[in-house]
Amino acid sequence: MKSKVEGVLLPLKKIRGGVEADHQKKAADVPMRRMPVPEFVRIPMQQSIGAPCEPVVKVGDYVYEGTKIGEGKGPVSAPVHSSVSGTVTEIGDVKLSNGNICTGITIKCDKKRAEDPDKRPPVINSTEDFLDAVRECGLVGLGGAGFPTHAKLRSALKSEPHVDTLIVNAAECEPYISVDCRECMEYPQNIYKGIKALLKWMDFKQVIIGVEDNKPKSFETLRKIAESDDDTDDRIRLMSLRSRYPQGAEKMMIWVTTGRVVPIGKLPSDVGCVVMNVETCSVIGRYLSSGRPMISRSLTVDGDAINGPFNVRVPIGTRIQDVIDACGGYSRPPKKIILGGPMMGPALVSTEAPICKQNNAIIVLGESGYEKNPEWACIHCGKCVSACPMHLVPLKLAEKAKIKDVAGLKDLQIMACMECGSCAFVCPSHRPLVQFIRMGKALVREEGKNDKC
Amino acid sequence: MINVNYKLTVSSSPHAHAKESVKSIMRDVVIALIPAAVVSVAYFGMSAMWLIIASVAASVFFEYAYCRIMKKPVTIGDFSAVITGILIAFNVPAGMPIWMVIIGDFIAIIIVKEFFGGLGQNFVNPALAARIILMVSFPKEMTSYPLNNMAADAVTTATPLTLAGTAEAPSVLSLFAGYHTGCLGEICAAALVIGFIYLLIRKVLTPVIPACYLGTVALIMLIAGRGDFYGMLYQLLSGGLLLGALFMATDYVTSPVNFKGRIVYGVGCGLLTCLIRLFGSSAEGVSFSIIIMNILVPHIEKLTRSKVFGEVRS
Repeated sequence: MKSKVEGVLLPLKKIRGGVEADHQKKAADVPMRRMPVPEFVRIPMQQSIGAPCEPVVKVGDYVYEGTKIGEGKGPVSAPVHSSVSGTVTEIGDVKLSNGNICTGITIKCDKKRAEDPDKRPPVINSTEDFLDAVRECGLVGLGGAGFPTHAKLRSALKSEPHVDTLIVNAAECEPYISVDCRECMEYPQNIYKGIKALLKWMDFKQVIIGVEDNKPKSFETLRKIAESDDDTDDRIRLMSLRSRYPQGAEKMMIWVTTGRVVPIGKLPSDVGCVVMNVETCSVIGRYLSSGRPMISRSLTVDGDAINGPFNVRVPIGTRIQDVIDACGGYSRPPKKIILGGPMMGPALVSTEAPICKQNNAIIVLGESGYEKNPEWACIHCGKCVSACPMHLVPLKLAEKAKIKDVAGLKDLQIMACMECGSCAFVCPSHRPLVQFIRMGKALVREEGKNDKC
Repeated sequence: MINVNYKLTVSSSPHAHAKESVKSIMRDVVIALIPAAVVSVAYFGMSAMWLIIASVAASVFFEYAYCRIMKKPVTIGDFSAVITGILIAFNVPAGMPIWMVIIGDFIAIIIVKEFFGGLGQNFVNPALAARIILMVSFPKEMTSYPLNNMAADAVTTATPLTLAGTAEAPSVLSLFAGYHTGCLGEICAAALVIGFIYLLIRKVLTPVIPACYLGTVALIMLIAGRGDFYGMLYQLLSGGLLLGALFMATDYVTSPVNFKGRIVYGVGCGLLTCLIRLFGSSAEGVSFSIIIMNILVPHIEKLTRSKVFGEVRS
C-alpha cells in the first residue's frame, strides 16, 4: 500500500488492543545536551544479557574516553569501554538499578575528556569484520532489552528461513521518552549510515523504518535525508505508524510493519525479521565513521518534580542522582522515580545506581504525578481483555496467580505476556495486574526448574 | 536544589493510569438510569418515587450493615448497591408494597451478592435474582399494574406483552414513549435507550451484548410472525426486554469478558427469551433467560477464549 507521500509506506496491520496513553512528549522539542562530566563514574561490567565482562584495567591505571576496560567472554557478551578520561580508583561491587550486584569499575574523571589516541574507524571488508566491529563497539540493543547487537545479528545470519527484513524501531510509544525522536532529528545521517552498513553486510532485502505519527518532525527529517541522499537505496523505506501503545514492542512492530506473527517462544528471526532500535543503528553509523564506541547514553529527564524536560547525553556509569542534579535537581519532593517510561520502567529504590547502556529515561514524579489509587475488587468488566495486545485474559491470569494454579497459568499462555502494562493501565479497579502476572510467571519458571531436576 | 534523602515509592509498573475507576463507571450507570426513573415518576406518580428511594436506601443499608457486621471494609462508596436498588425498583410495578421491595433488596444484596463474596463475585445478576424470587413469592402483587397517568384513555391494567395480538394492544409508538403500564423501569423504551447511549458515549459499555440479544429476538420473532415487522417491533419494545438487554444482561460481573463470549452470551439470551415468550406459560422470559446465561458465563468464556498472539494450537 502506498501513501500520498511518495515512497512512504503505511502500516500493513493494526495492533489489537493497546491503550491510548497520554504521550507527554514535551521533551520532543528540547535539543539534546551533553551533560557536564561528573566527578566519577562507576561502570558496571554487566550491561547486557549474557556473561558479565572481566575488568582488563587495574586500580591506578589511566584510561581515555573509549578505552576498553571490560572484555566479555562467550558469544553473548559485549565489551565495556570507559566513558570518561581519568584514573581507575576502585574495582568492586556495584549495585545496579534492579538491585543486582556485579563488578563495577570506578573512574575518577579528570574532566579533560581526552579521547583514546589509538581510536580509529574500523576497517571492514567482510560480514565477519562488520560483526566484529559491532561487537568491539560495545553495542547492545538500546530499546531496553540490552541484548548484545552482534549476537543478535550473528544469529540472524544463521537462521532458517533467511532473514530478509530489518525493522528499524523508531516508534517510541512510551510516554515522556523522546530520545529516539531527538536522535532522528539531530543525527539522521548517522542513522542512515548505520542502516546502509547493515544492508550491505547483512544482505537484507528490505529495511522498514517505523515512526509513530505523533513525531512528525522526526519523520520529516528522516524523509528529507532519504530524498536528498544521492545514492538513495530504494530498499530503505519509511513507514508512518498510527500512534498506539505498545506498538514499539518487538512482536507488535513486526506485525504492524510486515504482517508476520512471531510464534510464542520464538524469535523475530524465525519469521525472517530483525528489529533494531533507531539509536542502535545510529551508534553503528557513528562508530563506523569515527571509531567512537558506545560510551554515552541519551536520556530524557522529565516529570513534574523536575524543572524539565531535558534530553541529556550522559557518560555510561554516571550515578542517576548526578544526572538529576545536572538537570537542576528536584523542583519539589519526589515521590517516585522511574528508570525508563511510566508504562514499563521500574520504580527506583535509590538514585545511587549507575546509568547503563540500555536506559533511556529518568522520570521523576512528585505528589501530583503520583496518585495512590485504592485497589478495588475485580468487577469483571473485561477492559483488560480488550486492552491486551497479546490477546491474553489478564484478569484470569491474576486470579490463577493468586491461587498458584500453575497448570491453569500455562493453559492461558502466561509466558506470552510482555508486561506492557496495558491491562493495569485501563483497570478501573486499579488492580496491580502486571505484578500478579510477574508472580505467575515466576511460579511457572520455578516449576520448570523443578521438572528438570 | 533540594538535597535530602527522600522516601521513594516503589511499585510495579505501569506508573500511569487511565482516569476511569469503578466509582466513575458505577456513577455513569446511575446517571444512565435517571431518565427511566424520571419517566416512571412522571407516569406513575409519587408512589414510584418512594419505591425507588426505599429500594436504594435499603440496598445501601444492607450492604453497609453486612460489611460492618462481617468487619469488612465498607464498600458502599462504589455505588454498586445504588444501582442494584434502582434496578430492583425498576423491576416491580408501582403499586408494590414497599416492604416487599425491601425483601427483594435483602435477597439481592445479602444473599446473592455478599454471601458469595461481594462485588465482582456474584454469579447471577442480584437484581434479577431478587425479581424472580419476588415473582414466585408475591405473584399477585408483582402482576397488578396501576394505571399510567399519561395513558388516560387506557382502561386496562394489563401489560402490553399480555395484550400482544389483541385489539387493546397499544401502538408501537406509544410503547416507545411509554404510554402503557408495566414495571417502573420497563415502560418507556425511549428513556432506556437514551441512558444506554450515554453509557456508549462514556465507553462504559460496548453494544455487543444488547445488539446480539435484541438482534436474535428480532430475527426469531420475525420468523415466528412470518415476516410481521410490526409484531417484531412490538415484541422488542414491550415487557422487560429493553431494560434487560440494555442494563441487566450487560452487567459486567455476570457477563463474559471477551468479545466472542459476549456474542454467544447475547445470542443465548435472545434464544431463551424467544423460547419462553413463544412456548412458555409466562409471557415474560427476560429474567430467566439472563439468569440462565449468567450461570453459563464461565463455560462460555472458557470455550470462546481467543488464540493468544502467536499461539500455535495443536
